[in-house]
Amino acid sequence: MNLSGISPEVLIAALMVASTPILLAAIGELVVEKAGVLNLGVEGMMIFGAICGFAVAVETGSPALGFLGAAAGAAALSMLFGVLTQFLLSNQVATGLALTLFGLGLSALVGQGYVGVTPPAMAKLDLGPLGDIPFFGRVLFGHDAMVYLSLALVAAVWMFLNRSRAGLILRAVGESHDAAHALGYRVVAIRLGAIAFGGACAGLGGAYLSLIRVPQWTEGMTAGAGWIALAIVVFASWRPWRVLLGAYLFGGVTVLQLNLQAAGLAVPVEYLSMSPYVVTILVLVVMSSGRGRAALNAPASLGRVFHATT
Amino acid sequence: MKRRTVLGGMAAAAAGTLATPLRAAGDPLKVGFVYVGPIGDLGWTHEHDQGRLAVEAHYGDKVETFYQENVPEGADAERVLTQMCLSGAGLIFTTSFGYMDATLNVARKFPNVKFEHATGYKTAPNVATYSARFYEGRAVIGTIAGRMTKTNKVGYIASYPIPEVIRGINSAYIHARKVNPDVEFVVVWVYTWFDPAKEGDAAQALIDQGCDVVMQHTDSTAPQAVAKEAGNVMTFGQASDMSAYAPWPRVTSIIDNWAPYYIRRVGEVMDGTWQPAQTWEGIAEGMVKIGPMSERLPAEVRAEAEALIEAMRKKEYHPFTGPLNKQDGSPWLAEGEVADDGTLLGMNFYVEGLKGSIPS
Amino acid sequence: MIRLERRPEPSRAWTAATPILAVALTMLAGGALFAALGKDPVAAIRTIFWDPLFNEQFAAYSRPQLLVKAGPLILIAIGLSLGFRAGVWNIGAEGQYIIGAICGAGVALALYPAESALIFPAMVLAGALGGFLWAMIPAILKTRFNTNEILVSLLLVYVAEQLLASMALGAMRNPEGGGFPGSRNLQQYPSAHNPELLANTGMHWGVVAAFLAVIGAYVLLNRHITGFHIRLAGEAPKAARFAGVRPNALVVFCFGVSGALAGLAGLFEVSGPSGQISIDFNVGYGFTAIIVAFLGRLHPLGILLAGLLMALTYIGGELAQFMLGLPAAAIQAFQGMLLFFLLAVDVLTNYRVRLGRGEVAR
Repeated sequence: MNLSGISPEVLIAALMVASTPILLAAIGELVVEKAGVLNLGVEGMMIFGAICGFAVAVETGSPALGFLGAAAGAAALSMLFGVLTQFLLSNQVATGLALTLFGLGLSALVGQGYVGVTPPAMAKLDLGPLGDIPFFGRVLFGHDAMVYLSLALVAAVWMFLNRSRAGLILRAVGESHDAAHALGYRVVAIRLGAIAFGGACAGLGGAYLSLIRVPQWTEGMTAGAGWIALAIVVFASWRPWRVLLGAYLFGGVTVLQLNLQAAGLAVPVEYLSMSPYVVTILVLVVMSSGRGRAALNAPASLGRVFHATT
Repeated sequence: MKRRTVLGGMAAAAAGTLATPLRAAGDPLKVGFVYVGPIGDLGWTHEHDQGRLAVEAHYGDKVETFYQENVPEGADAERVLTQMCLSGAGLIFTTSFGYMDATLNVARKFPNVKFEHATGYKTAPNVATYSARFYEGRAVIGTIAGRMTKTNKVGYIASYPIPEVIRGINSAYIHARKVNPDVEFVVVWVYTWFDPAKEGDAAQALIDQGCDVVMQHTDSTAPQAVAKEAGNVMTFGQASDMSAYAPWPRVTSIIDNWAPYYIRRVGEVMDGTWQPAQTWEGIAEGMVKIGPMSERLPAEVRAEAEALIEAMRKKEYHPFTGPLNKQDGSPWLAEGEVADDGTLLGMNFYVEGLKGSIPS
Repeated sequence: MIRLERRPEPSRAWTAATPILAVALTMLAGGALFAALGKDPVAAIRTIFWDPLFNEQFAAYSRPQLLVKAGPLILIAIGLSLGFRAGVWNIGAEGQYIIGAICGAGVALALYPAESALIFPAMVLAGALGGFLWAMIPAILKTRFNTNEILVSLLLVYVAEQLLASMALGAMRNPEGGGFPGSRNLQQYPSAHNPELLANTGMHWGVVAAFLAVIGAYVLLNRHITGFHIRLAGEAPKAARFAGVRPNALVVFCFGVSGALAGLAGLFEVSGPSGQISIDFNVGYGFTAIIVAFLGRLHPLGILLAGLLMALTYIGGELAQFMLGLPAAAIQAFQGMLLFFLLAVDVLTNYRVRLGRGEVAR
């Protein structure tokens, strides 16, 4: 196997960029699921964030405002899901899927006027001499702000869930909403907050595509990234750092298989194209085998309807 | 099948006479368009819709056009086509290869309706096919790529290993090598027509592998954005002009220009001269257009490209002219011999010099 | 203050009334959407809900098409509903649908051009087996290695899609197709064709199978011990253990049935309405069926109605697109709205709305 053509620093730098939309969406969904809510509408929220961010950035000329708009827009959309599942007690799986359908349609309608428009460019982060350090310069200091924000979000979510009282309460709500309710916590309000956070993160992920990665608005441009984000949360067994691992693993294999093709490796392309999915499954099998149920870490109330009877 | 045909035919005969009365003089001709993607894709479907708008602009209230976007290939396409026929369409353009059998099935049921199927190879008394010789455009950008590359590595983002795509790779490569014998093509198959993130990743991989020219046979502008970011990498617009990335990295483009053909065929249906032809047109007829060339290209490269375009416009030059060998070294075209359309339409081999193999 | 009070029994009256209420609400909200897009809302609503069924120009054709469109949705949703009731999450029916089609078509293409009455039954078996085996991957990984079935079944959809592309471009490519992707058209291979059984009814074997599946699931859930176990496992997992339900067996059973049914749906589609293996053969039935299953409240009869309703919005939506020039996106958003309203008003079936103070949910 000739791998000499592929430099690890280039690969790592590329995979960090490629993984960022999935990572953003997945870390948001992790918080939602930790609160005991299964929102399968990530794809819909992502693409709605993509167009909201795009529209705001074009209208204001500011990509930063665009990202804020993406977060706000997708969070607003997620509140549809929130109201339906938390107040009207609808089934979460079906409501999430409906949200995806609705989000795809709505974003295309909103985006009709933005086809073919070029968004304002995001200013490059200039970290000065840091970027010139061999290897680390490109891997660690050569990215745009959103890559660092996504990493910071992972750290923040980890801190929040494991080191803060609010995070403890959120997890308690996800483990047993009835017990949390009995202790006097506002289950519905906490869950709504989590859903909005998940929506905002998905929106950021979508806007990363429409404002930095592509950058353009086209219908259906998320092309299934939201579904991968959902899979990554499960892959991570609902642990923030493993979300990072999963997203980078998936993005890494995707980038690697393209690089292997470009380097002329004689492996049939169709197998290479399958590899991100297959590798993710295999890694999860290895990680999940030989452990007890506790290791699965799924929030016990995940997807269950909460209705306060007292 | 026989039973099916008989029953289907009977039903269709009834339906056909019932629902598609001959157009009274003065009634507008209803022209339907079936699209595989959204009209906002800025690529394949967008360009077909531009053709539809041109028909409307050209004929005014003598035509009535309607379209349906995002139509999946297969059973759904057949239903959409049937419903269009039932609503009185006189001419329907089906703009994706995958609609082929659906188009023929429906055409059999509605002999009074004319059908135009893009990129297919099956015709019928009321079904014509049409496609564009995009490989002529590939010859132009191949020449530019051969002249401009400094690393002698040209990246190619390919969608699926089908004749259309393989033809493009071959044509671009032949012409790049002609002006630069050291040039090497690196092909990445992404197995999608449209997935911005994946196309961007592919472009990044090619650039990381040392390519300083990236060609694409996919529809999004993501590769353009990645190339722009990289700075010293050149690209070409695909399907539409992608002028947002001019003058650099996009230095020129291959544009699908369906408007002249659509206007012509609609006119032929109107005056009753429509025939089920197999049309395959290129630069000469205007179906393939080369977008404006960037000032960033040296004047002599631009002149060379323009000369090539002119030669093809006058039909003095065919991009697949011998001597050409297949990848395995076996002879394909002798000196001065020109490839026949049959071989080109079903092209499933690389020409000599290309590395790697076509996935199958 | 408004609060909800759980009904001891779901209200029968509301069970019947909520879908009608939801459709009415959707008409209002959707009408507003269409009006905002500058289209006549009344015409749009009529085109979507009325014309496919009763318009004299279209109905004779589009009514039977309802069955063609609803058939695979119902067939897949019935299988999924068993698992969903038991808390077994098969999200990958789309992949099982693809593999069923590949296996079934593979049998036909391998035997081409032989003619025999046995070919079609063999294809049916192969299709069901293909879907079954593909579903066994997440099921066995779940039971042996405790790997999450949602992730595995979902990711296997993408693997199946790659496999499909590879088949359409390689092994199953029509040798007489001039190098173009896509297999032979099974509609032109009499022994392998799944035809319309009665002219202009839309009935093909897939629709028959869907109806049989509805009946079978109804009987299973109401008359059979396995059905009881499924319901028990979903509603009271602890009690299920005491009742002797083996969770692993249940996982295998639910995945097996839903996979086989999804595989069948793929096989009937590829041998009938679609006709060939092509790169884009799958159009999302496996995902839409999840919605159908929940809209039908995981009840066989409900799924039947939900599948028909979904099919109606697809076909009516197509009409509205080219008759009125509505963008496809508007129809998608409209379908989303319909689902939201259906899910939202469901609350009235299970809960009583109380006004006034009292025990407010904190």
